[in-house]
Amino acid sequence: MSEDLLEVADRVVAQARAGEQVEAVVVRGTDTEIKVYGAEVESLSSAQSQGVGIRVVVDGRQGFAYAGSLDESVIAETLAEARDNAGFATHDEFLGLAEPDGVPVQELDLFRDALESFGPEDKVALAVEVERAVLAADPRITGIESAEYMDGLSEAAVATTTGIRSVGRETSCYVATYAMAGEGGDTQTGFGFSVGREPGELDPGKAAADAADRATRMLGARKPPTSRLTIVLDPWVTAQFVGLLGYTLNGDAVLKGRSLFAERLGEGVASPLVTLIDDPTDVRAYSATDTDGEGLATRRNVLVREGVLERFVHNAYTARRAGTVSTGNAVRGFKSTPSVDCLFLTLQPGPTPPADLIADVDDGILVLDVSGLHSGVNPVSGDLSTGAEGIRIRGGQLAEPVREFTVASTLQKMLHDVRAVGSDLEFLPMNAAGVTLVVDDVTVSGS
Amino acid sequence: MLEEVLGAALRTGGEFAEVFAEDRRSSSAVLDDGRVEELTSGRDRGAGIRVVVGDTTGFAHTADLTEDGLLAAAEAAAAAAKGGGGGTNTVALTRRNGNRGYAIETYPGDVPKARKVELLTRADEVARSVGDAISQVSVSYGDNRRRILVANSDGLLAEDDTVRTFFAVSCVASGDTGMQTGRESVGLTVGFELFDLYDIDELARRAADRALTKLAARPAPSGQMPVVIASGGGGVLFHEACGHGLEADLVSKGASVFRDRVGQRVASPGVTVVDDGTMAKEWGNIAIDDEGNPAQRNVLIEDGILTDYMWDQLRARKEGRPSSGNGRRQSYQHLPMVRMTNTYLLAGTDDPDDIVASTEKGVLVKHLGGGQVNTATGDFVFGMTEAYLIEGGQVTEPLREGNLIGNGPEVLQRIDALGDDFAMGPPGTCGKDGQGVPVGDGVPTLRVSSLTIGGTAA
Repeated sequence: MSEDLLEVADRVVAQARAGEQVEAVVVRGTDTEIKVYGAEVESLSSAQSQGVGIRVVVDGRQGFAYAGSLDESVIAETLAEARDNAGFATHDEFLGLAEPDGVPVQELDLFRDALESFGPEDKVALAVEVERAVLAADPRITGIESAEYMDGLSEAAVATTTGIRSVGRETSCYVATYAMAGEGGDTQTGFGFSVGREPGELDPGKAAADAADRATRMLGARKPPTSRLTIVLDPWVTAQFVGLLGYTLNGDAVLKGRSLFAERLGEGVASPLVTLIDDPTDVRAYSATDTDGEGLATRRNVLVREGVLERFVHNAYTARRAGTVSTGNAVRGFKSTPSVDCLFLTLQPGPTPPADLIADVDDGILVLDVSGLHSGVNPVSGDLSTGAEGIRIRGGQLAEPVREFTVASTLQKMLHDVRAVGSDLEFLPMNAAGVTLVVDDVTVSGS
Repeated sequence: MLEEVLGAALRTGGEFAEVFAEDRRSSSAVLDDGRVEELTSGRDRGAGIRVVVGDTTGFAHTADLTEDGLLAAAEAAAAAAKGGGGGTNTVALTRRNGNRGYAIETYPGDVPKARKVELLTRADEVARSVGDAISQVSVSYGDNRRRILVANSDGLLAEDDTVRTFFAVSCVASGDTGMQTGRESVGLTVGFELFDLYDIDELARRAADRALTKLAARPAPSGQMPVVIASGGGGVLFHEACGHGLEADLVSKGASVFRDRVGQRVASPGVTVVDDGTMAKEWGNIAIDDEGNPAQRNVLIEDGILTDYMWDQLRARKEGRPSSGNGRRQSYQHLPMVRMTNTYLLAGTDDPDDIVASTEKGVLVKHLGGGQVNTATGDFVFGMTEAYLIEGGQVTEPLREGNLIGNGPEVLQRIDALGDDFAMGPPGTCGKDGQGVPVGDGVPTLRVSSLTIGGTAA
């Protein structure tokens, strides 16, 4: 159990001097990563790691230090460093640790004993099964770039002089593969994965079938002509865009003048079809968590309701500075102080299945994957341009595959151009769920 | 003790065993919104042990550097690799350290924290003084000292002590057209003398200017046209267009468009691409790689002909050839793989001004953002964070941000001008398979005759 981590955190907090606020975050994780190739284990890594992060706030100044060790002498040195660092920061009246806010922590089913009793041979077998299935899925599959199994068991404890004492643990695992398909000198790739809290929830067949399908359906893809048209986003792509949107709604970006939506609470910022919810208490989410990085209970927050901006997300500091309360959105590892971000975003699904949405598009592109989101989307200006690949839609029918083009718009404009939200909802290995999304008037740049 | 640990790692029949020990101390400081938010100190220390049996690698790591801790990790790695044989293995180690060829002048750990904070506040003041439209500034400072020791069952024992120092300024400018951002960064494999080599005021001004310029920018065009990349704007184009595709681990799985192409023309005549870990002081500089092999200067493409891939120990061993010194890892918690160091394109002979003047309609990219590549198809993207329209051979209006997209083998053949003005670009972090390592890149002014610009304008 993770109680020993809380004891370590308590011991750090007990060393606080008069006038000092001290917070300790203590984490421990066990991770296994297995890669297979040619039905053999290519690599098998298994290791336990741990760390401590210590934050000291004194006279409105904050200092921080961390170490990848729970050795008592290292922890003592880390506390001394954090204390020393605090002396060099600028005074800020809003600085301070989180305080208990009375919001009860929901018990989420995030930890499964089944993972611990699942042996290395069984893990290898799952990865081998994925590779075998993807190679057998289609004669045009020429090989794999990777087939892997990964799992992790992580525990974290947070304690503060302000009365926070939180502890949590969770398990997760996945299988994933990246396949190559070839035909007539053309090579295309596709990925597939399956995610769960325990190995019994994994579906290697689905991971393999998705990878093979994504790779083979792109064979023969050409560059499309440049035009403005309607795009239909695959749930995988929608989730990545929604994740970016999360940045613009975080309290830190809002307070520091880096959010497009800073002055727009209560205003219409999107099509009325758009309802955006951050809900890390949804146990189906890969990023579900019952407490945030400062030890407060996480909660469901509606950020945009039917196109109207309702709420930003906050941690203890940004909330205090904005004159509100934390929404339980502190995000951190042990190597940093808490930032603020959305934890699990979902676009509320609409009534129409994806196939019907595609049938309703006369001239468009189904976008199956995007690349270069980090270099092509500026969440401060809203300028958006990403590499893409997918399938042309003509007269409501899926037509030829297309690649090596970009889709461009702005975040502001895209939100208003949402024509439909699909009824499908996919849980993906990221902090946002996916749903099919139809967006009008996007520039496709190709030949 | 290392000999005993390696012996234990081989006890179950492993053919190759390695201990990689690392001690990293880092410090950083951030100023944002006019306040020094915090200073952070970090310490990571541990060892990773790998055992190779046939095509299988077993790996374990530990933060416990005592003999007991290392032996336990060695046994875990050996069990993961699961060899069939057994017996006693003795390993005799010979020390072979890398030579960096220059010394660190001022260790950042010896510099008072107050001095680091002064740099932050200075850069903030300068950036804000550039124009009233500068509405937000953040400045970050970082340094780290990474000591590594590598010992393996081939008898190698090598150590390195690497210091890197980094500084970045990010600005937001606000106007009638909304907000725009500008960022500048410098980073070298040196100590605090970084600030003797670079002028922080100049850096802050350039970041602010970049944000201000873009307030007046028009949407980037869409469609294909010639693209001029400015000298030192960033070699991320080559990092993505061919660098990753020349990594032997991807090549060996057939996951590269450059497989089976050694000896063939893959780029325009005059194009010579080099990966060079020995480049003094550059961000991707290493004395030895993370497998203990000395850094090398490796010519990958010479005058348009593909000459070689980049290699790590594992892949090279299989092929019966030496490693090229490109085995790198993020930390002791990670397995090494083939990675770039400083990747650059050698200068040509063209006058940079003539390259622009001879371009009728196109885009000049002065500063590049990050990129991404699919090595199996060769399709890659990279961002433009400062770009201008070229009309009638003249640089005219600034453009808003966007990605450019191309196909590596096609783009390399479309380089039709190479300037005589080579310069290295800003420091980068290259991500592969979840691991980030510091890399450098550089280019002279060059032109690609046709690339797809991912804008919204006609």
